[in-house]
Amino acid sequence: MLSIKNLHASIEGTPILKGISLEIKPGEVHAIMGPNGSGKSTLASVLAGREEYEVTEGEVYFKGKNLLELSPEDRAREGVFLAFQYPVEIPGVSSTNFLRTAVNQVREYRGQEPLDAVKFLSLMKEKMKLVEIDQKLLSRALNEGFSGGEKKKNEIFQMAVLEPTLAILDETDSGLDIDALKVVANGVNQLKTKENGTIVVTHYQRLLDYIVPDYVHVLFDGRIVKSGSKDLALELEDKGYDWIKEEVSGTTV
Amino acid sequence: MTVSIKKDHKLADAFLSVTEGMQDLTLYSNLKKSAKDILADSGMPTLKNEEYKYTAISKRISDQITHLGTPSSISDLQHEVHARENLFQLEEGYTLVCNNGIFDERLSKIDPQVFQVESLKELKEEKAAQIGAVEKNESDPFTALNSLLFLDGLRIDIPEGKIIEKPLMLVNFVKPDQKGSCIHPRVFIHVGKNAQLTLIEQTIYLGEDPVFVNSVTEWMVGQNAHVRNYKLQNGHKNDLVVSNTRSEIHQDASFTSIVLSLEGGMIRNNLSLDLKASKCEGNMYGLYLLNGKTHVDNHTNVDHTKPHSESNELYKGILADQSRGVFNGKIFVRQDAQKTNAFQQNNNILLSEDATINTKPQLEIWADDVKCSHGCTTGQLDEEALFYLRARGIGKDAAKAFLLHAFAGEVLDQLKDEGFKEYCEKVVHARLGGNY
Ligand SMILES: Nc1ncnc2c1ncn2[C@@H]1O[C@H](COP(=O)(O)OP(=O)(O)OP(=O)(O)O)[C@@H](O)[C@H]1O
Ligand SMILES: [Mg+2]
Repeated sequence: MLSIKNLHASIEGTPILKGISLEIKPGEVHAIMGPNGSGKSTLASVLAGREEYEVTEGEVYFKGKNLLELSPEDRAREGVFLAFQYPVEIPGVSSTNFLRTAVNQVREYRGQEPLDAVKFLSLMKEKMKLVEIDQKLLSRALNEGFSGGEKKKNEIFQMAVLEPTLAILDETDSGLDIDALKVVANGVNQLKTKENGTIVVTHYQRLLDYIVPDYVHVLFDGRIVKSGSKDLALELEDKGYDWIKEEVSGTTV
Repeated sequence: MTVSIKKDHKLADAFLSVTEGMQDLTLYSNLKKSAKDILADSGMPTLKNEEYKYTAISKRISDQITHLGTPSSISDLQHEVHARENLFQLEEGYTLVCNNGIFDERLSKIDPQVFQVESLKELKEEKAAQIGAVEKNESDPFTALNSLLFLDGLRIDIPEGKIIEKPLMLVNFVKPDQKGSCIHPRVFIHVGKNAQLTLIEQTIYLGEDPVFVNSVTEWMVGQNAHVRNYKLQNGHKNDLVVSNTRSEIHQDASFTSIVLSLEGGMIRNNLSLDLKASKCEGNMYGLYLLNGKTHVDNHTNVDHTKPHSESNELYKGILADQSRGVFNGKIFVRQDAQKTNAFQQNNNILLSEDATINTKPQLEIWADDVKCSHGCTTGQLDEEALFYLRARGIGKDAAKAFLLHAFAGEVLDQLKDEGFKEYCEKVVHARLGGNY
C-alpha cells in the first residue's frame, strides 16, 4: 500500500533523508527507531506533505497514487494520518468544530454524505470511549494548554475518528505514563485491520510490547541502515545504537 | 514665523468658507469661534504633523471630496430605513436614527421614561455649555472642524441609577448631495451615577459616492456607571472617516470601547479615555480587517490620573492586498496614579507582501508603583498550525479561515450583546471565508 523508493529530502538546502526505501503491505506494522536527529520525524513529515521539505530524489506511491503530488489535505483524505511528535496548540479553534470540518471534508472527497451534528456527536462519543479521553478536554480550544500526554491522546482520538488507512505515529509514546500508554496502544490495536498499515516511530521497546511490529527499521543519518524482526528492538534496547553506528562506518569506509 | 504649508491651509480655508451663509447657532457661538481660530491658525494636518504622519486624510479630502458643504437631509429616509432594517435593527432595544448627522425622532425607537434624547439646537444653556467640554477643540483639528461645522447633533442623558439592559443603537444614515459631501455628527452622552448603558454605533451609507464623515462623540461617565460602546465601521471604498471619541470616566466607573473596522476608504479613529478618578477602568478593543487599498489608523490614548485604575487594550488586524494599518497607543500614568495596571497589545497578520502596518506604543509613566505592559506582533499566518489542520484533511482555504477566525475571535468575544455579536460574527465570517 505504501512504497517508498530511494527517497531523498532536504530542508533549506541541507539533505536530511539520503535514500530511504520501504515497502508496507496492508495489515503490517513497521517500527522505525534511530538516534535523535536521524531523520525519523522528517520522514513522517515528508509523507504527510509538509511543504518546507524538498524532495530531491526518489518516489512515494500510496495505494497506487503518487503521494508526492498530493497536497497535505488530499493525502489525509486519501487515508494518510500523521500523529505529530509535537501536536500544535491552536488557540481559538474549537476541537469539535475542527474535527467535524475535517471529517466532513474527508467524506466529501470520498463522495460520502456529510455527517450531521447528531451523527457526528455519536461518532465522537464512541471514539472518546475507545481512547478514554475526557469530554472536557474536547470542549476546549484545540490542544491549548493540554498536557503532553493529553496532546498525544488527542492525536490518537483524532486518528480514531478519521479512520486512516496509513497511520504514522511519531513518538506517540513519549510523555505518556504507563496507563496512558496502554490506552493509546489499545486504541491503535483496535483500529488495526487487515487493510491498514501502521508506522510507529519510537525510542522505546515498551510501546512495542503493546503494538507488536512485523518489522523494525533503524534509521541513521537519513538512511535505513538495518531492518529486522521485533527482536531487533529488544537488541537496541539492550545495546543502544553504538554497535550499529560502528557497523555503518565499518561498511562505508 | 511664516512657514507656510500651503496645502492644508487651503483646505482649512475652504472649510472655513463653508460657514458663510450658514445659519447661526448662538448657543454654540463660543465653541464655533474657538474652532474657527484654531483652523485659521494651524490648518488641517498633513503628513508633517506627527500625529498624522502615516495618514494623509487631509489630502484625501482635498483630492476626493468636491463639495465641502453639508448635504441636506435625505428626503425618503423612511423608505431607506425599511429597506435596511436587517442591517441594524435589534430584536430588542432602542434605536436612534440620524439623517446626515441630524437626529430624526420619527424614525427612532426610544422611550422617554428610560432616558432622555435632545437635539443640540434645543438644549438649555447649562447643558449646551458641556458640549465641547470633554473633547476640546484644541485636542485635534478634526474636532475643531466638527465644532465649526455641525448644524445640529444629539445629547443623550441616562438618569442616575438607570440600568439599561437592552442595547441602544445609534444609526447614522449618510448620503452626499449637490450641496455637500461632508457630515459632522456631534453627540454628547452623559451617563449618570450608577447607570449602565450599551451603545452600538453604525453608519449606513446610501450609495457609494465619495463622502467624508467627521464625528465627535463625548462621553461623561459618572461614578460607578458602566458603559459598553461598540462601533461598527463597514462602509465602502470611497468613504473617508474621522471619528473622535473621548470619554471622561469617574470613580468606580468603567468604559469599554470595541471598534470593528471592516470596510472603508480611509478611516482615522481617535479614541481617548480620561480616567479621572481612582478605581476606574478603561478598556479598548479593536479589530480591523483590511483589503484593497483601505487605510485604517487607530490612535488611542488612555490617561491614568489617580491611584488604582486599570486599562486594558487589545487591537488586532488582518491586512490583505495593499491595505495599510496604523496603530498608535498612548498610555499616560500621572505621578498620582500609583497602583495603576495598564496593558496594551497590538497583533497583526499580514496576508500580502504589499500590506503594511505601522504600530507604535507610547508609554509615559511618572508614577513608580505601576504595572504596565505592552507588546506588538506582526507576522504571517502560523505555518505550523496551518499544516496541522491540513494534515487532518481540511483544505488550505478553510484552514486559513479557521486560523484567521480564531485570531479575530479574541476581539469579537468581547462583544457582550448576543444579537449584535452574532451579526458581527456573520459579517466577519463572510469576510474571512471558509465553509464551516
Ligand atoms: N530547518 C532546518 N534546517 C536545518 N536542519 C534541520 C531543520 N529542521 C530539522 N533539521 C535537522 O534535521 C535532522 C533530522 O531531524 P528529525 O526531526 O527528523 O529527527 P528525529 O529522528 O525525528 O529526531 P528525534 O528522535 O529527536 O525526534 C536533525 O539533525 C535536525 O536538526
Ligand atoms: Mg522526531
